Amino acid sequence: MREEPSRRVGSALGVLIALRTAVRAAVRGREALPPEPEPRPEVDPAERTVPANPRAETLVAVLLLLAALAGFGFIAVFIIFQTNTQLLGLTMGGMLALLAAAAIIAGKSVVPQETAVEERGPLLEEDETEELVEMIEQGGEGVSRRALLTGAGGLAGAALVGAAAAPIASLGPRLHGIHTTDWHRGVRLLDDQGRPYAVADIEIGSFYTALPEGGDPDHLGSGVLVVRLPAEYLHLPPARQGWAVDGIVAYSKICPHAGCAISLYRYPTYAATSAEPAFTCPCHYSTFAPGEGGRLIFGPAGRALPQLPLMADGSGNLRAAGPFHEDIGPSWWNVHRGES
Amino acid sequence: MRLVQHAVHRRLHRVMRWNEQRMGAAKGLKLALRYVFPDHWSFMLGEIALYAFIILIGTGIFLATFYQPGDAQVIYHGPYALLRGEQMSEAYRSVIDISFSVPAGLLFRQVHHWAADVFVAAIVLHLMRIFFTGAFRKPRDLNYYIGLLMLMLAILEGFAGYSLVDDLLSGMGLVIAYSVAMSIPFVGGQLAYLVWGGQFPGSSSFLPRLELVHILLIPLLLAVLITVHLIMIMRQHHSQFPGPGRRERNVVGTPTWPAYALRSLGLLFAVAGVLFLVGGLVQINPIWEWGPYHPYLSENGAQPDWYIGWLIGALRLMPNLEPAIGNHTIIPNPFWGGALFPLVVFGVLFSWPRVERRLTRDHLRHDLLDRPRDKPVRTAIGAAFFSWVLIIFAVGSTDRIFYRLNINYTGQIHFWRIAVWVIPILVFFITRAACRSLQRSEIHPLRAWQGTIVRRRPDGALEVVGESPDRVRPEPSEPARGTVPGAPGD
Repeated sequence: MREEPSRRVGSALGVLIALRTAVRAAVRGREALPPEPEPRPEVDPAERTVPANPRAETLVAVLLLLAALAGFGFIAVFIIFQTNTQLLGLTMGGMLALLAAAAIIAGKSVVPQETAVEERGPLLEEDETEELVEMIEQGGEGVSRRALLTGAGGLAGAALVGAAAAPIASLGPRLHGIHTTDWHRGVRLLDDQGRPYAVADIEIGSFYTALPEGGDPDHLGSGVLVVRLPAEYLHLPPARQGWAVDGIVAYSKICPHAGCAISLYRYPTYAATSAEPAFTCPCHYSTFAPGEGGRLIFGPAGRALPQLPLMADGSGNLRAAGPFHEDIGPSWWNVHRGES
Repeated sequence: MRLVQHAVHRRLHRVMRWNEQRMGAAKGLKLALRYVFPDHWSFMLGEIALYAFIILIGTGIFLATFYQPGDAQVIYHGPYALLRGEQMSEAYRSVIDISFSVPAGLLFRQVHHWAADVFVAAIVLHLMRIFFTGAFRKPRDLNYYIGLLMLMLAILEGFAGYSLVDDLLSGMGLVIAYSVAMSIPFVGGQLAYLVWGGQFPGSSSFLPRLELVHILLIPLLLAVLITVHLIMIMRQHHSQFPGPGRRERNVVGTPTWPAYALRSLGLLFAVAGVLFLVGGLVQINPIWEWGPYHPYLSENGAQPDWYIGWLIGALRLMPNLEPAIGNHTIIPNPFWGGALFPLVVFGVLFSWPRVERRLTRDHLRHDLLDRPRDKPVRTAIGAAFFSWVLIIFAVGSTDRIFYRLNINYTGQIHFWRIAVWVIPILVFFITRAACRSLQRSEIHPLRAWQGTIVRRRPDGALEVVGESPDRVRPEPSEPARGTVPGAPGD
């Protein structure tokens, strides 16, 4: 027998409603029950005992005396050794631990032990609430242009908040100038002692950190990674064929993900089984291929590692052949991403 | 002996009269001394947080008298030989001096650092207790929100604190924070510029700003919120677990004076004692090993303080999703793990009381706590949620696992990208089933075996010869399995 389509829809709806009820029942379970009819008459848990425990009193006294000893010990250590952190910590911590033991034992075995019952009053008093509302409303008695006052007051309030918040803008400069670094055509690459890197200094398998000559070393764009790659690993994009000098390439050292300095360089030890050369950031492990224009191989970075074009001068030293062609450092919504 | 007692009594009487003539506070003080604290260990987690906060204020005042928030470069000439002659910022040098030259300086620095870790840990455990026992329900939902706000502030405060040092590790943390700020769509770049006073590492006013936030603004906010938190607890009285004689409208437990005051004082001393012992004996954040920070330097295998670990994990786990139109980035990647993830976590926590009220349609006031097993669905959702955060937290250590155990890093990340969604679902079903089965069996998992011992007689019949010492007979007055005694269908 074939069912009418409308019937089928009806039964499907029925199933849905049943499912919804079942899910609700499962979620709610027993929790929907009213919480509390007052229980049957029961035992009163209140009780009070006086320990009268001379042994515990002696113990507390001994602990307090030991704590005093440790405290004076701290003062002695402080005067004699001054910076002996271990002894200072032992004596001070020991004093506090002994005080803790004394207070806890006194609280449990010396003073009267009491289980008390305290009634918990209601929080909501309907009459009080109603009276409160009335009192507040009475404050507006006789006011006829309520809407006008509310509107004007709201506007004044907004102006107050805005005027109070506006000086926040003095905290920092407008966001511009972020695109520039100290790298320009002709700037020499120096090591952190200020010596220029020569083409011959750069060996295959190691990485070097370079800073711009005459630049601020603590500028986010200053640090640059320099490596030399053999031809088999060097596959720069066509537009960047001239950016390498003798197999030497340079990249911003600042990870374009979260701004950490990249300090891990993976170089194949046995080409047949090893992966290609890679830079890895130690913060979140974004991994970039230095032979491929800084392409991202793995990790969270959203763009490639910015590459710095290189050239060699007459005395064989490395120089920048131009500025970065994209923004260095972490991205923001208007970042210039570059082409690779 | 009696004479001494009499003298003490008269003296106390004089003091109280003096006080009364000026304040008239005897009624309030009597109430405070009779205030009842329910006896349960889990109620002390919040107290531990409070006491860690007190230690933080004390040690922090000491440290602040020596710290200099300057970024001017100076040469170190102090007693630590390995850094002598090294160029570093004034801020870093002042913390090196606290560690090596100020008497007891390193002790206070390490106690302060350990106390911060304990502070946040105690708050998180306290939050879990509140969540799983349903203590966030009316009338305590408001106080629960304040607690969550304090947790956010505590994490921020800890991060600001270890970022003040200006060592290599803190610089790396700050540049990640800067990147996360930059990544906020549309406003992020300008926001980061306002906070740092320019492009990272920021202007000279950045460290003084951070110090202001760390030693004044957030501590003040925390102190105010703690006060409100405690006043609200006093007004509503503590919640309590069900038990003999315990009803929705009463509180059963130990009054403040004298037993509870002494025990709580003992807890304060215990927290302080442990922190000073650990701070004296166990090294934490040896900043002289990391060296000064420069943006072009970094440390391999760096790990933040534990309460930042969940954010590092999220940043590491996130695939390289960075929506862009042409060459125009819309949302930079750090936004997902560094901003959206914590927003979602706190969003879930903040909205839970409302969500549960809607699901259960229970708008009543609750002063009796739930045992977690009695609310299988809530407990299962909570367990799944916290396991989700915990997995992401653990992913922050995948590089350590790679170094120590040589398990492929990329393989781990690929695995966790799937497992982070699968495991919480499993946790949900397992927890729910466990709660239901515990409800049925009425066995407390933390207590010993329970049952009766029977012996077979030679004639084949069985006789009871004893029962386990911990056997708990159901109390007639105790609401068993979350139901109400005497309710229909019970």
